Amino acid sequence: MKSWQQSWRQLFLFGLLALTLSGCGMRELSALQPQGPVAAMQFDLMKLSASIMIGVFIVVMLILTYVLIRYRKRPGQEGIPKQVEGSHTLEIIWTVIPFLLLIVMAVPTVTTGFTLGKEYNKDEALQVRVTAHQFWWEFEYPDLGVSTAQDLVLPVNQKVQFTLTSADVMHAFWIPALGGKIDTNPGLENKMWLQADRTGVFYGKCAELCGASHALMDFKVDVLEQDEFAAWAEKMKGVQSAEPAAPASANAVQGQQIFEKSCLGCHAVAGKGGKLGPNLTNFADRQRVAGIMPNDAEHLAKWLRDPQKEKPGNNMPNLNLSEDQINSLVEYMSTLKVQEIKR
Amino acid sequence: MSAHASHAPKRSGIADWLTTVDHKKIGILYLIAGGIFFLAGGLEALLIRLQLMYPELQVVGAKTFNELITMHGTTMIFLAAMPVIFALMNAIVPLQIGARDVAFPFVNALGFWLFFFGGVLINTSWFLGGAPDAGWTSYATLALNQYSGFGIDFYVLGLQIAGLGTLIGGINFLVTIINMRAPGMTFMRMPLFTWASFVTSGLILFAFPAITVGLVLLMFDRLFGAAFFNPDAGGNVVIWQHLFWIFGHPEVYILILPAFGIISEVVSTFSRKRLFGYSSMVFATALIGFLGFMVWAHHMFTTGMGPIANTLFGLATMLIAVPTGIKIFNWLLTMWGGQIRFPTANLFAVGFIPTFTIGGMTGVMLAVPPADYQYHDSYFVVAHFHYVIVGGLVFGLFAGLYYWWPKMFGKMLNETLGKWNFWTFFIGFHLTFFPQHFLGLMGMPRRVFTYLAGQGLELGNFISTIGVFGMTIGTILFLVNAYVSAKSSKRAPADPWDGRTLEWSIPSPPPEYNFAQTPLVRGLDALWVEKMAGNKGMTYAEPLGSIHMPNGSFLPFIMSLGLFIAGYGFMYHNYVVVGIGMVITFGCMLMRSLKDDPGYHIEPDEIEEKGVKA
Ligand code: HEC
Ligand SMILES: [Cu+2]
Ligand SMILES: [Cu+2]
Repeated sequence: MKSWQQSWRQLFLFGLLALTLSGCGMRELSALQPQGPVAAMQFDLMKLSASIMIGVFIVVMLILTYVLIRYRKRPGQEGIPKQVEGSHTLEIIWTVIPFLLLIVMAVPTVTTGFTLGKEYNKDEALQVRVTAHQFWWEFEYPDLGVSTAQDLVLPVNQKVQFTLTSADVMHAFWIPALGGKIDTNPGLENKMWLQADRTGVFYGKCAELCGASHALMDFKVDVLEQDEFAAWAEKMKGVQSAEPAAPASANAVQGQQIFEKSCLGCHAVAGKGGKLGPNLTNFADRQRVAGIMPNDAEHLAKWLRDPQKEKPGNNMPNLNLSEDQINSLVEYMSTLKVQEIKR
Repeated sequence: MSAHASHAPKRSGIADWLTTVDHKKIGILYLIAGGIFFLAGGLEALLIRLQLMYPELQVVGAKTFNELITMHGTTMIFLAAMPVIFALMNAIVPLQIGARDVAFPFVNALGFWLFFFGGVLINTSWFLGGAPDAGWTSYATLALNQYSGFGIDFYVLGLQIAGLGTLIGGINFLVTIINMRAPGMTFMRMPLFTWASFVTSGLILFAFPAITVGLVLLMFDRLFGAAFFNPDAGGNVVIWQHLFWIFGHPEVYILILPAFGIISEVVSTFSRKRLFGYSSMVFATALIGFLGFMVWAHHMFTTGMGPIANTLFGLATMLIAVPTGIKIFNWLLTMWGGQIRFPTANLFAVGFIPTFTIGGMTGVMLAVPPADYQYHDSYFVVAHFHYVIVGGLVFGLFAGLYYWWPKMFGKMLNETLGKWNFWTFFIGFHLTFFPQHFLGLMGMPRRVFTYLAGQGLELGNFISTIGVFGMTIGTILFLVNAYVSAKSSKRAPADPWDGRTLEWSIPSPPPEYNFAQTPLVRGLDALWVEKMAGNKGMTYAEPLGSIHMPNGSFLPFIMSLGLFIAGYGFMYHNYVVVGIGMVITFGCMLMRSLKDDPGYHIEPDEIEEKGVKA
């Protein structure tokens, strides 16, 4: 049995090693590599509580190992072990010490809890309104007059105050690298603030089971320099308060016509269109098609051919477009740029 | 007692099992039914892990995946874990307190059949248009008509029926433990498994009504167009979460306390020592049960309750670590100074200690609300609750089954197979769930049917799936073991483990009346006390006499069948069928109330015929 015990330990250590080798996940996605103050505070709490708990675990394991080796029944052992009722001293020790450890944890729990629970007004933080939909994200900047989807654009080093709700079922808004999640409840509003300490792209996820394509309800966060962000917002505002611009090529013009006929009911471009689907004003700037596929002609065409195949149960129907129509639409949509975003 | 008591019509074969009111047989029924559901839930788990073995796989579709996770969770909690706990409670608690049966044998059978038919009803959804797919928590809004299929109706109705059975079973055990203890068996002399069963039954009594209320409201929303949870019509989506978790958190303790009880028995028997700190163990059990009702909202830290509520619920949750820690240290000190043997039962009990400690540790970490914003609904949580429920409860149940199998079936389980069972299951378990802590922290939400390549999640998921094979092999070995033991002709002795408690003072399996004479309990670990006093067996509290026994009855089965039929009527809006089902159920209740069933007597000469020493 001893050799068994050893081999499982080896296996276990091997697993542990493999995991550590794979690192702490991707910098863009992992809660273990915080990229902003909220995630950093949360990471500190994780480290504190984990170290206390690992300490307790080590004590338990030491006693267990000792007991199992020292007090295993030996062949030929006679007599009956002493029947001990208990020990008040010991019992007090293992009641009081855990209690003290808990207090060590409780203090930063309370302070961080209230720090994260603060709400900032529009003079202190950028205001963003998040509306979750099956299975995509809508982002509005009420004070900037800008509205977008799927790619959340944020300025670096600035607090962002989110107000979150949902248009259908409950979802949860989670950007692990920037901070923990909060639910989006239909009919109710939740508040949360975050901040990014560096520019770049971060990955966001929906964390509450919300239907067939819950797993594919990804979004991206583009964090820009503050002046870049201001320029972006300015431009978006300009475009979104005007009629859609006419593209240059004939094929794209054709695409625009198809778009106005079949798509505008659900999708907005510039100042025009419906809100049942994501706003596509800056679609060509996006990282991904529908949050999951690389944003290039091939994948966009794939999406248009059959959205239900790529994202089961989503609210964009298969429109049975011909390959010609798809081709024109793809060309048209590649013109929907507001600003080249560095990535 | 009626002097006209006649002999029961002796039924045999299947009729005997359908009509039995004997707690030992009902225990076996619970074990078989729970075992079958456990296999179904395990198969679902296997498919889930296969789907997640590699990124962007297509083993099952997105919708099927959601059905699988929903049914896996629902089945494992309500239809596998609870019944197997009830199996052990039924088989053992009356024996441990020196009783001839539970307080209400008829109600006991009714509880089983209600659970059984509820479980079958939920599972028929697979063949009737699709299983429920909103998660085992079935959060409104996703569980409302607008957003999910017919499957949820099976969940709503099946759980109401099964839940009724559980509630009835819990009440029965409360009454049994309060009223049926043998002379001298004071509360503070009760074995810890009985104590745990007592507290668990109390938790059932207070927790199950909450989910029943939730389910009834959801049923009205879904079937009759009400709007309790529909925000478009002024409903509130958060209320469901409160109702669910007011039940759901105590449910965790309903599950784990019996495991604590089993571990206490097993560790103490195989160390040949009395349980260290018995009274603090009892106190800790009761305290955990009590605190368990104060902490439900720790499942809702990200719902948006605000920092004050979050902090209070977080701190309350941390407090539970104290009584839990007391238990762990008491087990360690029970072994300290003992003569520890390692049959499979004790392997599972010893394996339980580090595993459950890890589950408890992550539990405390989860109680820190700001950090929980990261853990919540991620694979970290999946890892945590599997450490508690599999590493805690299932290890405990395996320990209990290996320990009490001879008492339940009169045959021993094979120790070699048992050791293989333990090691494959144990290694497979850790391989499956340990990496999931990291997957969650690395950004993997739970309940996802796939994950994209290139996000650093491949390795952990792959290891996790490999581990499942270990658990599968372990489970199969257990089944093989049960089969081999059933086939073997070797009979188990009355007291194979040098036991300490009353159940080991009677033959394995016990006769239908358990104790020919009610024993007199003279201390904690009643049998051990007699052994130490140099006695061969228990001292008796009464002379050998005629024993009154209840008759078996088909009524519990038919009564439950009626509700089962009515359930389909509700789902398909066919009120004729509802009527038929209700007539059957209420007809049976009427019959039970009007017809006097005096039971029968077993006379002393028959007892002696059966070879019991007077
Ligand atoms: C019935 C409403 C509806 C119509 C009509 C519709 N869409 Fe969509 N579309 C949606 C929805 C909803 C989504 C979001 C899908 C998701 O990710 O869950 C979407 C997503 C998209 C996306 C991905 C957006 C992103 O931000 O990544 C593109 C591109 C798109 N649609 C193009 C089109 C085009 C082109 C047409 C016309 C041929 C069209 N849609 C017609 C509802 C619609
Ligand atoms: Cu979602
Ligand atoms: Cu809980």
